[in-house]
Amino acid sequence: MTVFERHRLTPWLLLAPQLVIVVLFFFWPAFASLRQAFYVQDAFGLGERFVGLANFERVLATAEYWRAAGVTLIFSIAVAAGAMGLALLFAVLADRVLRGSKLYRVLLTWPYAVAPAVAGLLWLFMFDPVLGVLSHGLALIGVHWNVHLDPTQALLLVVIASVWQQMSYNFVFFLAGLQMIPASLLEAAAIDGAGPFKRFATITLPLLSPTAFFLLVMNTVYVLFETFATIDNTTLSGPGGATRTLVYKLYEDGFVARDLGSSSAQSVLLMALVGLLTVVQFRYIERQVQY
Amino acid sequence: MRYSRPGLDRLTHVILVLGVLVFGLPVWLALTASTHSAGALQSGVAPLWFGDEGLANYWQLLSEPISGLGVSALRLLLNSLIMALGIAVGKIAISLLAAYAIVFFRFPCRTLCFWLIFVTLMLPIEVRIVPTYSVVARFGLIDTYAGMILPLIASATATFLLRQSFMSLPQELIEAARLDGAGPMRFLKDFVIPLSRTNLAALFVIMFLYGWNQYLWPLLAANSPEHATAVISLKNFVQATDTLPPWQLATAMAVLTILPPVAVIIAFQRFFVRGLTDLDK
Repeated sequence: MTVFERHRLTPWLLLAPQLVIVVLFFFWPAFASLRQAFYVQDAFGLGERFVGLANFERVLATAEYWRAAGVTLIFSIAVAAGAMGLALLFAVLADRVLRGSKLYRVLLTWPYAVAPAVAGLLWLFMFDPVLGVLSHGLALIGVHWNVHLDPTQALLLVVIASVWQQMSYNFVFFLAGLQMIPASLLEAAAIDGAGPFKRFATITLPLLSPTAFFLLVMNTVYVLFETFATIDNTTLSGPGGATRTLVYKLYEDGFVARDLGSSSAQSVLLMALVGLLTVVQFRYIERQVQY
Repeated sequence: MRYSRPGLDRLTHVILVLGVLVFGLPVWLALTASTHSAGALQSGVAPLWFGDEGLANYWQLLSEPISGLGVSALRLLLNSLIMALGIAVGKIAISLLAAYAIVFFRFPCRTLCFWLIFVTLMLPIEVRIVPTYSVVARFGLIDTYAGMILPLIASATATFLLRQSFMSLPQELIEAARLDGAGPMRFLKDFVIPLSRTNLAALFVIMFLYGWNQYLWPLLAANSPEHATAVISLKNFVQATDTLPPWQLATAMAVLTILPPVAVIIAFQRFFVRGLTDLDK
């Protein structure tokens, strides 16, 4: 593939802008985080001292950290199940219809363009205790809905807003995955007398499993990072920390409480978690290629 | 293979239409609420149909400073546009050059450079948010467009996609260019860029949406209203007040905020799907 073998300086000039930006705004902050995690600053921010793993011990010993981890986990499971389940249903149906399939596709993918912050606001409005359409509907059947008071309802609000926004992402991938399945395979099964549901269970679903696994990881990453905006526009991590995720806690400790040691330790723990997810993702893709 | 099953076909359409309606509902309600007066909204449950205050509400947002922010929605949308275009154009420009160098040149540390860039795929800005803020502050870039844009283009997603795309260019064309005696810059301009048009367009759509919808970083990096974006302004409407939020303005602002990215996704549906599925795999 190499075309220009005798140019020595040119490749470096071409790489320079990206390398400079990546070093300054990625590696420098990432290493600063890593280093800071092993230091504590004194009260005036003037000096610092090496404390080994004390920051990590401090973070992991607090109940709030584990609570945030638990909220993040429940949040991830709920969003993955909701967004992937709905996306799979709609993708299978949109793949099946002959008329209007293009229109359905557009009408089911546009929520991807809505920022998580806006998604939060739209659902906050629908669940508003005073004038929300959904809270009024729920009041009619005797459910009193107030996301500012009820922890479960608050978590449900951010889960629903996230499922609404993230469904379209999953839909695009499931639909692409469905279109990769060779028609001959499904035809052969149909000739053998397998009905649509049997064909779905024995051919479509197994062949979609790599896509589903990929999406599971991507949905987890979405909940870890993107839902900060959803929470910050709706529940502000409340009531009583019921919707405080790991990244929300990192933000509070780093920017509100200005506890650099603790927030850096949390950054490093998150980096490890994302690194782990990436490795799992790559391992799985490698295995899939062989088969 | 599709022997007709009228019952199942009808059910398919019913479920899809229901899905489309349920997913459209939040935006529909925002649209209708944004055309009522504050008084009308406070008198009961949010209306399902339009009122006649729409023009007044949107005009107020676009022409008058928003209370608590001091700038108009026009300014916020302009800031969003600058940030989104800066991220899309900036990221594509630096990634195009880097991917070009990695694919078409041989030089020492080539693999190392690739891995240095590749590692950035893994960590979104949120995990290194505190030190990124200090670095940007040290350069005096807090509250500037450059400060809002640069940390968000420090990632390799685009480089990775373009590298794949360059490697799959037809070998004959590369040979032809070589025989032609084209230098590096002419080869890039006359062969590589025109042949990667579709991928570049797909990247642009994805990066524009990514840039427009950013939240946490602009929230920290743009700490004066003069640089605030549309997305981060929404919190002002609902969280700042102790009384009932001015929902007619909040929903109108939400509609204005989602209009540009939704228009982009609908107009460039083909590029969007391609960009998304190529980029993340």
